[in-house]
Amino acid sequence: MADYEWLKPIREMVGREYGRIIAWDEVNPAMVRQWCEVMGVENPLYTDAEYAHQSEFGELVAPPSMLQSWCEAGFYRDSYAPGSTEDNPYTVLKLIEAEGYPSVVAVNSELTFERYVKMGEKLYYTTRFDAISEEKVTALGTGFFVTLIMSYFSINDSGEDDKVGELLFRVFKFKPANPVARPEKTESGLPKIKRPKPGISDDTRFFWEGCEQGELRIQHCKACDKLQHPPAPVCMYCHSFELDYQLASGKGQLYSFVVMHYPEVPPFDHPNPIGLIELEEGVRLSAQLIDVDKDQLQIGMALEVRFETFDDEMTLPLFAPVSAAAESLT
Amino acid sequence: MTSMKTINFNDTNPGDKLPELEIPVTVALITGGAIATRDYFPGHHDKDAAQELGSPHVFMNILTTNALVQRFVEKWAGPQARFKDLKIKLGVPNYPGDTMKLMGEVTDKDEVSQTVTVALAGKNSMGTHVSGTVSLTLPV
Ligand SMILES: [Zn+2]
Repeated sequence: MADYEWLKPIREMVGREYGRIIAWDEVNPAMVRQWCEVMGVENPLYTDAEYAHQSEFGELVAPPSMLQSWCEAGFYRDSYAPGSTEDNPYTVLKLIEAEGYPSVVAVNSELTFERYVKMGEKLYYTTRFDAISEEKVTALGTGFFVTLIMSYFSINDSGEDDKVGELLFRVFKFKPANPVARPEKTESGLPKIKRPKPGISDDTRFFWEGCEQGELRIQHCKACDKLQHPPAPVCMYCHSFELDYQLASGKGQLYSFVVMHYPEVPPFDHPNPIGLIELEEGVRLSAQLIDVDKDQLQIGMALEVRFETFDDEMTLPLFAPVSAAAESLT
Repeated sequence: MTSMKTINFNDTNPGDKLPELEIPVTVALITGGAIATRDYFPGHHDKDAAQELGSPHVFMNILTTNALVQRFVEKWAGPQARFKDLKIKLGVPNYPGDTMKLMGEVTDKDEVSQTVTVALAGKNSMGTHVSGTVSLTLPV
């Protein structure tokens, strides 16, 4: 795919290093202890001097995952300790944003530790603009993955600074696919994850309305008398527009299936078995399989439709083994 | 106090499960965690600001997630384990009122460096908040 013209100078920036951002504070026991307190970290290596004295360090060290915190700007945004660079290592994101990609989401944080840091060490980091992807289309929207690599050093008075760790930080800088819809709130204030709704058109409406009535409606051609599914505007056999529907018995057998393990998408069951069901009437449709262990799924097994209503607003045809379906009626 | 015992490298095997850890996600943990990591981004402590951004409430910052992953792994591994890396992929947000359940499993062992790799995931009511791997050196 051809790149945008405006991307050229950005791609030429790949590999660029941005100067030091220095920690406001030396690594110190008070900040470490408070961090441990909030996070619920109970390892005595960070807070119990006597214990730490017996370790290979001979003294207290900072929790490794605290590495980034030492060099954060703090209360005043973009305010860094004296001696820090004026250069903004996030320049590349601002440049992409100016081209109409306003949103950003962090994707990966990969910390690598060379060694643990001790109390009294003064840290700084430098940033390398490591990579920018091709333009990608994701569920969130369209944009670019940008990778930055931060290298953390300890200032050493005797010359060579000592690298203590590294952070690979990857963000997705994008145009949102949909205007941000505020999720419906629940009593607890947490957004309720609803089952996605089918797209309903004039051609398919009868099918979904049938589900609400507890009917499995299959499109039927009045000209050639054949059935077809999914519903379409025209008969796929004779191209007639004269279509109505017939009621299927809801009985069929498993023609094929897949068990979806990844990604785990709420509110779906996990793992999520999805079947291609061949109805008695001869057409196939796909649906979620319920009341069956994924290990017991077998091609040819007898299934029966079960209409289930989700979120009080949508009824879907699901399929269960015949015996299980029968039991649930009792 | 956490148990002071450290897992011995020779006692670990791929497939070993870490004890699950359920962490109640509270406003205090989110805001306290943000400040303890020196992250004053308003979405982590100011509900109005978070709602301006389209979130229902304040949301956990990455550095707190990192810390909770460290806590989860360290609680199992013990105080003599040494972290070599901590690599996470971020998913759905952690909002107050939810609970994050951390689960993990030993996936790899390197005899030469006495390093084990743990694959982990932290899930809340909305899905996977964090997934990733941690490598640790363990004593023999
Ligand atoms: Zn026809």
